[in-house]
Amino acid sequence: MRGVAVTGMGLVSAIGNNIGETHDSLKSGKDGISSPEILKTNLQELPVGEIKLSNSQISDILKLPECHSFTRAALLGILAIKELLSNSGYSKFPEDTGFISGTSIGGSDKTEEHFYDYKDHPEYRKYIQAQHPGFTTGKIAEYYDLKGVVTTISTACSSSANAIMMGARMIESGKLKRVIVGGSDCLTRFTLNGFNSLKILSNEKSKAFDKNRNGLNLGEAGAYIMLEAEELIRDKRVLGRILGYGNANDAFHQTASSENGEGAYLAISQALNKAKLSAREIDFINAHGTGTRNNDLSESVALKRIFGDDIPDFSSTKAFTGHTLGAAGAVEAIFSLLAIQNSELYPNLNFNSEMLETELTPISQFQKKEINTVLSNSFGFGGNCTSLIFQKDV
Amino acid sequence: MYKIYINGISSVSPQSEDIFENDFPQTYNENILPARNVDYKALIKPMMLRRMSKAVKMGLYCSKKALQEAGVIKPGAILLGTGQGCMQDTEKFMSNMLENEEGLLSPTSFIQSTHNTVAGQIALDLKCKGHNMTFTQNSASFETALLDAILLFGDREIQEILVGGVDETSREFTGFQRLDGQIKEKYIQNLDLFASGTTGTIISESAAFFSLSSESNASTYAELKDVQIINRVEKSELNSKIEEFLFRNKMVPSQIDVVILGKNGDSRFDHYYEDLQQGLFSKKCQVGFKHLVGDNNSISSYACWLASKILKEKKIPKIFKLNTINCNTPRNILIYNQYLGRNHGLILLKSH
Repeated sequence: MRGVAVTGMGLVSAIGNNIGETHDSLKSGKDGISSPEILKTNLQELPVGEIKLSNSQISDILKLPECHSFTRAALLGILAIKELLSNSGYSKFPEDTGFISGTSIGGSDKTEEHFYDYKDHPEYRKYIQAQHPGFTTGKIAEYYDLKGVVTTISTACSSSANAIMMGARMIESGKLKRVIVGGSDCLTRFTLNGFNSLKILSNEKSKAFDKNRNGLNLGEAGAYIMLEAEELIRDKRVLGRILGYGNANDAFHQTASSENGEGAYLAISQALNKAKLSAREIDFINAHGTGTRNNDLSESVALKRIFGDDIPDFSSTKAFTGHTLGAAGAVEAIFSLLAIQNSELYPNLNFNSEMLETELTPISQFQKKEINTVLSNSFGFGGNCTSLIFQKDV
Repeated sequence: MYKIYINGISSVSPQSEDIFENDFPQTYNENILPARNVDYKALIKPMMLRRMSKAVKMGLYCSKKALQEAGVIKPGAILLGTGQGCMQDTEKFMSNMLENEEGLLSPTSFIQSTHNTVAGQIALDLKCKGHNMTFTQNSASFETALLDAILLFGDREIQEILVGGVDETSREFTGFQRLDGQIKEKYIQNLDLFASGTTGTIISESAAFFSLSSESNASTYAELKDVQIINRVEKSELNSKIEEFLFRNKMVPSQIDVVILGKNGDSRFDHYYEDLQQGLFSKKCQVGFKHLVGDNNSISSYACWLASKILKEKKIPKIFKLNTINCNTPRNILIYNQYLGRNHGLILLKSH
């Protein structure tokens, strides 16, 4: 059997607290973009993909003790993994289960909340370590009693795509038999103000690949999938297979993408190469498509370099969820797996007109279509470009 | 089986790199230790240096030195471990944001705040378009980078990989570590670390980078055999975890010549090391390093630098030794490190 098997998944984002709700939103074209309510920020005019559950509501759902020290990213991660566990065929994760999580901001929500409190309020000091990504991963691991290989990848917006890639390598090399991979990131004032200072946030709903696109909307999510070695699968339902992956660096600029989309081009090429597929065998592309002037053009150029004039159906789903940063790769991996399982294409919302430079038109309506192979792109700051290829289990 | 060689090394830490030649270590009477200044200008353009945070500076400097020594111009991949990432820029942007109550902000420090800034900047400088990864799992960050290197070499497509660990300190954020018991309350002199008998440790900034290759050459230091990360381990299970790790590498504890321990003078957690000192490795040459370079989330990269030096130069400066057992021909070195009882790492190096 080719590729690494995906045997479980769980997701919470602005378009649903579980896979079922998410799937309904994707089919009906219902986005989760709103004004920030849970996140306390002065930047009220910036729409976000916010999960409308407060930390204390999630804590109640998870029946956590009141004095806990879970960050919001940990709470979202635990919620998503709870769903994954329920469809993985296990009642509890076996002891040798690995955990590789991607995040960009980790538990910095607590740092910005309590920055001025630590000195005089000892009760908040339990969050001092929370600033660093490993803390949030550690809290999720602690909740599920995962004690072995537990680690974090933080490569900005490609973090969870890279976690999926590393997990697949761990299975292929035999170093792990089972691993939970994905990522979790929450909305923070830090990221909202940061992206705002870069002037790449839109004050309306984002429109990826559109001529008049004017920026992205930030989002938050927890999204995880389980990968298992062949010998553990037996009669389990395989949700899809990871056939290829590639990571390359644009080596162009700390935050901007190159004009020729070199990093993206190399990442996609490597993924195709690993999957032993030709470009023509890709049925659908879940593009990174953030809705910024720079990314969408650079990505379009890279797609043209790979696929020529024969570009497969493609769309960016970020208008549904907002750009969930470190979690985005895993969110979109799950969308890719849903597309494969249900023979569906999810639309690139808010698209009106092609950009002049490349004249590419994404899928703008929900469609039923047989899908065997999906390419999913995730690109991040630091020139970090990752592509994953998922295929239907046969 | 494929082999992985360490062909170039470099470190920036509170101690000078010539500590093997010079028996007088730097001493500090504070609990947050700065990295010693090195001649950054020799390898990095002054105009660029001015814009760089300490982590980027240390990382880029060590990268260039390690690659130079190994004779590598452009590695096929760049893998970095950093537990706390670019804290200085994060602190700058966060305090500006809080002080201005989310008013108008300059993006510069935000741009440089992401954890993968160092690896990204190295790629940019070397024009290296290969696999580029940043791992941030507290004290197991550098070990994860080594793990990824082992996976990549296993694919046999890349011959040269740059791996490193880097962590910087910043005023407020590192200062917070005094409040939650990570840093010792009373100032001590670093050389008294193991005798302090109190909780907490001394925190430092450091970087250590390695040019790894599938081929050995004239500058080879050692062979990287294996690495393991373990999130949590009961005190009683540590021996068996180490034995399992060695067994996987067809070895038994008696074949280890030198054990490098991440003892950090924290009376709550040093028992992990003391058990090994008095038990499994009681008859082995024991080495410590945090009394010289302090502790931080990627300090195990310094231990790896130390092990590489020991294996190449076949000597162990007295200042690093934790017991009186000598080892004249070190062949196999095991590094064991953890922080606050979590994120344990094992690294196995062998003379080539």
